[in-house]
Amino acid sequence: MSIALEHVSYIYDPDQKVKKYAVRDVSLEIKKGEFVSIIGHTGSGKSTLIQFMNGLLKPTEGRVLFEGQDVFEKGFSLKGLRQKVGISFQYPDNQLFESTILKDVMFGPKNLGQSREEAETNARAALKVMAVPEASYDKSPFELSGGQKRRVAIAGILAMNPDYLILDEPTAGLDPEGRDEILELIRTLNWSQGIAVILVSHSMEDVAEYAKRILVMNDGQIIMDDTPREIFKAYRDLETIGLSAPQVTYIAHALAEKGFLPYDTNVMTVEEAKKEILKVLKK
Amino acid sequence: MNKLLIRIRDLVHEYREYDENDVLVRTSRALDGVTLDVTEGSFVAVLGHNGSGKSTFAKHINALLMPTEGTVIFSGRDTAEIENLWELRKEAGMIFQNPDNQIISNVVEEDVAFGPENLGIPSEEIIARVAFALERVGMEAYRLSSPNKLSGGQKQRIGIAGLLAMKPRCILMDEPTAMLDPVGRREVLRTVHELNRDEHITVVMITHYLEEVTDVDRVVVMDQGKIVMDGTPREIFSRIDELSAHHMRVPQVVELAYELRKEGVPIPEGILTVDELVEALCRLR
Repeated sequence: MSIALEHVSYIYDPDQKVKKYAVRDVSLEIKKGEFVSIIGHTGSGKSTLIQFMNGLLKPTEGRVLFEGQDVFEKGFSLKGLRQKVGISFQYPDNQLFESTILKDVMFGPKNLGQSREEAETNARAALKVMAVPEASYDKSPFELSGGQKRRVAIAGILAMNPDYLILDEPTAGLDPEGRDEILELIRTLNWSQGIAVILVSHSMEDVAEYAKRILVMNDGQIIMDDTPREIFKAYRDLETIGLSAPQVTYIAHALAEKGFLPYDTNVMTVEEAKKEILKVLKK
Repeated sequence: MNKLLIRIRDLVHEYREYDENDVLVRTSRALDGVTLDVTEGSFVAVLGHNGSGKSTFAKHINALLMPTEGTVIFSGRDTAEIENLWELRKEAGMIFQNPDNQIISNVVEEDVAFGPENLGIPSEEIIARVAFALERVGMEAYRLSSPNKLSGGQKQRIGIAGLLAMKPRCILMDEPTAMLDPVGRREVLRTVHELNRDEHITVVMITHYLEEVTDVDRVVVMDQGKIVMDGTPREIFSRIDELSAHHMRVPQVVELAYELRKEGVPIPEGILTVDELVEALCRLR
C-alpha cells in the first residue's frame, strides 16, 4: 500500500519558451503507516506536491500511483482516492460551514453516499478520536476556540476513514498548548490506527519531535529525504535554503566547536541535549 | 525619550451577544481590569495563550475597540472620543496575522501610498514617503511589482511600509509572523526592530512565540484578561514555572538551561540565548 509519485513535474504555462516549474521531476513513495514531514520555504512547491497525492492537481509530466494504479487513468475513481487520502488545508477552520459540529463532520461521509445513521456513527467516532467534547456536538463550529475548530476540521476528514492524512500547517496560528494537543492526537492516530500522516510544517522543533522521515523541498525539487536526525545534521545546508534546525541542535554544535561536547554529538530535543551535557559534566 | 505614549487604566472589555430580538444572551469579559503605561520608543511584547485577551487588548490602543470600562489614552488623546479617531489611526497603525487581508492594490507602491493618499497629502510628498517607507523595509526593488507575487514575509513588510508612509508613532502587531516561514519571520522581526531603533517608533507586538521576544525591552504576559507578568525578557524567562502555569512554552535554550539547573548544574539564572548558555557551560570545564 502506497502513494507513489513518478517523475512528476508541474509547469505553469507550458506554452512559454522558458518553462517555470512549481515541481520539477519529483519521485517518491509514501507507504501506509508512515509519519512523513515536508519542509521547505514558502513557494518551494510543497502545496503543489501534496495536491498531486489525492488527485486534486494533475501533474504536467509524470504519474501519480495509488496502490500501483495511475490515478489519472480513465476509469480510476478520484472520488474513491479522496476518501482514502484526505487533505486538511492551511486554516482548515475556514472550511467549517454547517450549523452544528456534528453536521459538519457528517458532511464528508454523507457525500460518499453513506446513510444518515452510518455517517453519524462515523462522525461521532471521529470527533471522539479528536477529543472534541460530546457536549459541544450540537454547537455551532463558529463558537469554538481556534484549536477546537482545527480538531473538528480534521475529524471531518477522519470520518471518511482515510488511510492517508495530509495536513498543511495544521498548527499555524495556535498557541503552544493547542499545538501540542493537535500533534499528540495526530501521533496517536498514526500509531494506533496506522493512518499515514504527511505533515507540512514550518516548525522545525515540531518536525524533529514527531516525524520519522523528512522530505526537504527547494525550488520544486526534493533535495533531501531522510530521518530527522540525518536531516538536521545538515543544518548549514538547511539555512542556505531558508530553513533551520531546532534550537538545541545549534546549542550542541556550538558546544562541540568549543570542545565541550564530542564533535559528532547530534541532538534534536531538549531531553537529548540535557543527557549529553550531563554525561560530560559528570565525567 | 521616556515620555509616556500610552496610558491604560482599569480597562475592561466585554463582548456581548444578542439574539434576534436584541435580547442579551451572553456576556464574556475579554479584558478584566488592565492597567499599563508604555513609554515612547519602547518595544513591548504581549504574550498569552489563545483567548487570553491579548488581541482584544491591542485593538484598544488605536480605537479599533472602545472600552466597556476604564480609559485608554494614546499620546494625550482619549480613544473613547470619536473626534480623536483620525489622529489615533494615523499615529498607531496595526499589522494583522494574515498578510493577504491587508493588501489592496495590484502594485506595491500604490498599496503603500493608499494611507497617505487618504490623508490628502500632496503627491510630491506621497512619492517621497513611499520611497522612504519601501527603502526602510528593504523592499524598494519591488516598488512596481504585484503584491501577489511576494512571499508572506515580503507582504508583511509591504504592510509595514504602508503604515510607515503615514509617519506613525506606534506600530501595533497582532501575531505578525504566525503565517510565515522561518525566513519570513526573521525578515519581519528584523524590520520592526530596525524601525524601533532607528526611527524611534514604539512597537507593541502580540505573539505566542517566546523565541521572538528575547531581545525586546519589555514582556507583558496576559491570562484571563489580566496582566499577570510584566518585566524584561530576562526576568520573565527566569520564572519558568509561572510561565507554564499561564500555558506558555519557553524557547528550547531557556528550557535546557532550566533543566540543567534543576540537575544541580551551576549556571546562572535568566539565560536567553544559545551563546549565553554555551559560554556558561564552557566556564564549568
